[in-house]
Amino acid sequence: MIAALGIRLGDPAAYVFLAFAAMTCGSALIVAASRNIVYSAYALLLTFFGVAGLYAFLDADFIAAAQLLVYVGGILVLILFGVMLTHKIRDINLSNETTNPIIGAAIAGFIFLALAYVSIYTKWDVVERTASPTTGEIGKAFVGKYLLPFEASSVLLLGALIGAAYLARREKEKP
Amino acid sequence: MLTLHNCLLLSALLFATGVFGVIARRNVLIVLMSIELMLNGVNVAFVSFAKFYPGSSLAPAGHVFVLLTMAVAAAEAAVGLAIVIAWFRNRKTTDTDDMRSLRW
Repeated sequence: MIAALGIRLGDPAAYVFLAFAAMTCGSALIVAASRNIVYSAYALLLTFFGVAGLYAFLDADFIAAAQLLVYVGGILVLILFGVMLTHKIRDINLSNETTNPIIGAAIAGFIFLALAYVSIYTKWDVVERTASPTTGEIGKAFVGKYLLPFEASSVLLLGALIGAAYLARREKEKP
Repeated sequence: MLTLHNCLLLSALLFATGVFGVIARRNVLIVLMSIELMLNGVNVAFVSFAKFYPGSSLAPAGHVFVLLTMAVAAAEAAVGLAIVIAWFRNRKTTDTDDMRSLRW
């Protein structure tokens, strides 16, 4: 099992990678399975940090920074606001049940096994990219080849934020 | 250790965890968090393919896709939480089983 994962004992990078992977997967399981919604929200923080560490491992420096800024700084704070606005912190049992864990686990396990089968048994002809700073290339790609998707996503973001502000604002008091 | 297999297995595990959360949990906030987990799993797959399939050009297309996914995820979180908060203000619940006012 350990040899199948390609762990060479005595390679410190392997241990750091394993630690990041364990942190990510363990806290993801807490997010999906914890009874307390506040624990879920804070475990999501650990998951995002672990994923950012994996990005740094995979030579995606700009993506790692953007993960921290966008997910931890933006989305997680939004989710925490949502949790705090809809629950009392001490409420553990407030509608936090699982409905059909067996069906859910079966479907999730099937999806995982299918993806794992494909990723293990496909013959990938891997060429490893040498580590190089990616920020400049991403910027050039966004103003060059990928200009239209970039503009489309910016318009989508603007529309979504206006819609969110409209949806969440308080209704005016009727006179 | 840092091979394509391991990264893809990790992303599959994240995605499957998100699927479990979406199907099995009744709190709509946990469902939103699980959607974020699934998006993160897909992003890990994108970045690992960008690492192990560099392609001919210098521009890393996987990284570009990840940034676009992040923009869509931010929009989704904002709108989703706005809907949750508006719903909670009107109905005092975040249980997905109670959200059936469109069903007769």
